[in-house]
Amino acid sequence: MAGGLDSFDWLKDRIKRPKVLVDLSGIAELRGIRTTDGGIEIGALTTLTEIVNHPVIREQYGLLAEAGELIASPQIRNQGTIGGNVSQDTRCWYYRSGWPCYRAGGNICYADTPTGRNREHAILHAERCVAVNPSDSAPALIALDAKFVIQTSKGERIVDAEDYFIGPDIDITRLHILKPGDLLTAIRVPSTWARARFYFEKVRDRNVWDFPLMNVASAMHVSGDTIEGIRLAVNGAAARPLRLKAVEDAVRGKAATPATGEMAGKLAVQGAVPLQFNAYKIPLMRNLVKRAIGGVEEAKWAS
Amino acid sequence: MGILKRITEWATSPWGQSVPIHVAWFLIWVAGIAGLLFLMVHATYVRYFARAEEFAASDAPVPAAELPARIPRHSLAARSFHWIMAAAMFTLLFTAFLPKLGVQFNWVTYHWIAGTVLAVSIIFHVIHASFWLDFWAIWPDREDLVDAWRRVQRFMGHPAPPPRKFAKYPLENKLYHGAIIATGLSAIGTGVFMMFRVRTIFFPRNPYLFSDMTWGLMYVLHGLAGMGLIALVMVHVYFAIRPEKLDITKSMVFGTMRREFYLKHYDPQRWALEVQRSGSIRADREK
Repeated sequence: MAGGLDSFDWLKDRIKRPKVLVDLSGIAELRGIRTTDGGIEIGALTTLTEIVNHPVIREQYGLLAEAGELIASPQIRNQGTIGGNVSQDTRCWYYRSGWPCYRAGGNICYADTPTGRNREHAILHAERCVAVNPSDSAPALIALDAKFVIQTSKGERIVDAEDYFIGPDIDITRLHILKPGDLLTAIRVPSTWARARFYFEKVRDRNVWDFPLMNVASAMHVSGDTIEGIRLAVNGAAARPLRLKAVEDAVRGKAATPATGEMAGKLAVQGAVPLQFNAYKIPLMRNLVKRAIGGVEEAKWAS
Repeated sequence: MGILKRITEWATSPWGQSVPIHVAWFLIWVAGIAGLLFLMVHATYVRYFARAEEFAASDAPVPAAELPARIPRHSLAARSFHWIMAAAMFTLLFTAFLPKLGVQFNWVTYHWIAGTVLAVSIIFHVIHASFWLDFWAIWPDREDLVDAWRRVQRFMGHPAPPPRKFAKYPLENKLYHGAIIATGLSAIGTGVFMMFRVRTIFFPRNPYLFSDMTWGLMYVLHGLAGMGLIALVMVHVYFAIRPEKLDITKSMVFGTMRREFYLKHYDPQRWALEVQRSGSIRADREK
């Protein structure tokens, strides 16, 4: 347990009753933001507030600061950690109510039924379970090409941010690759995308404090109007944050124009399958991607 | 109810009903270890204790000169079915149980596709066996039981006449086929309904087809059949690679077996070879 914000939900609802609970908060080595030769290293126990307020992150990796600032409330950001934010469990209420769904080891998805309440659920890559990943920092870290440092019983393992997350097709009971005994110790953000053109947008029901219905993060290297390089990710569309590689490939070398944004948005939602109550997520994702390509300029485009 | 509780996992449904959700996964190890124990015991018995096979003389022996060097046993269609079924079965077992043993991959799609292939191949097999083969050749008959009793008595050291040579399929083969039918059809029958719970190209998804209890029991039966198939497949592969059975295994590859093997183990009266007008020999239909 790091900040405990996700864990205590489970414990107070008496749904998870672990025999042993390990509090990591006393491990100083897992805290803090360090500048390295190739970028920065953020300890997994670093709080979201520390990340949002860190001068180097604000100046060079503003995408992460922006995403962090939109997570939950100030009180939660004071206690919540970056490791916890990327490793938190899904918010599907069928699952969190303790019902025996696929994700809980059962044999049904209550959300993916003709009468299931699935307004917040997945439109892409659903495989039996239709829950989504609720992290706001995850797409930002994917867009920044971050590496996750994991301590396992066999030693240290470093994975790309996008590979840290897994969908129900791979393991229906977890949202990330951590296995029992594994520990996320740090997140390394390379300088490759420092000071790039960033875009982050989070759409939620209550702007004061809520989990995302969907969010988008992009980092772009732009020369004039031409997109020379881009990394783009969305979350809230699937059980894992999705790096939109096909969109990146499609827009690279093109001008960041309304037409490119339109094309990117349409490409992003290819293959989306809405459930009973979440068809709105398709135009939502299409528009978020369009805006991510245009960045702040998009507001000037004719709709 | 006690044993069912021990070999299954239960949960409380949203309506407060206690329902089974699936078989207990430790049974994977039980099935694997049971299969392994059988192999070890059988291999030890054959190596150190088994006496040489002894058969009663045939009432109407066939001169070897009248038989070709290679005796046809399995048609191309029968062999194709067998190997397609084998590929589907291995795919089903690996996709079902490897994720439970920690090998994570996207298994559901491969699983239902392999299940579909298996189901279609079995439908083909039933039609093929009913109209082109002797349907009853694989089912135990009275002579099998009489011979089995003789073999048991001789194994126990009691005086009994030697058993006759086999028909096309020995009793053990027939019993194994029966066990595969029971477990295979249980897995397929439940699996077809379980496909309503996932997205396939066949049915619109409908998890409300049955009550939670019925669904749960269906998952349990599917799991139990799957566990049973682990042991059965282990036993099958073991016998396929035993030296004294290799002629039978090769016949499932090439379609024929050696004349000497045929004359040593099979009774021409029980597995008659039909000499056709062309002079070639057809053996798929047992007489």
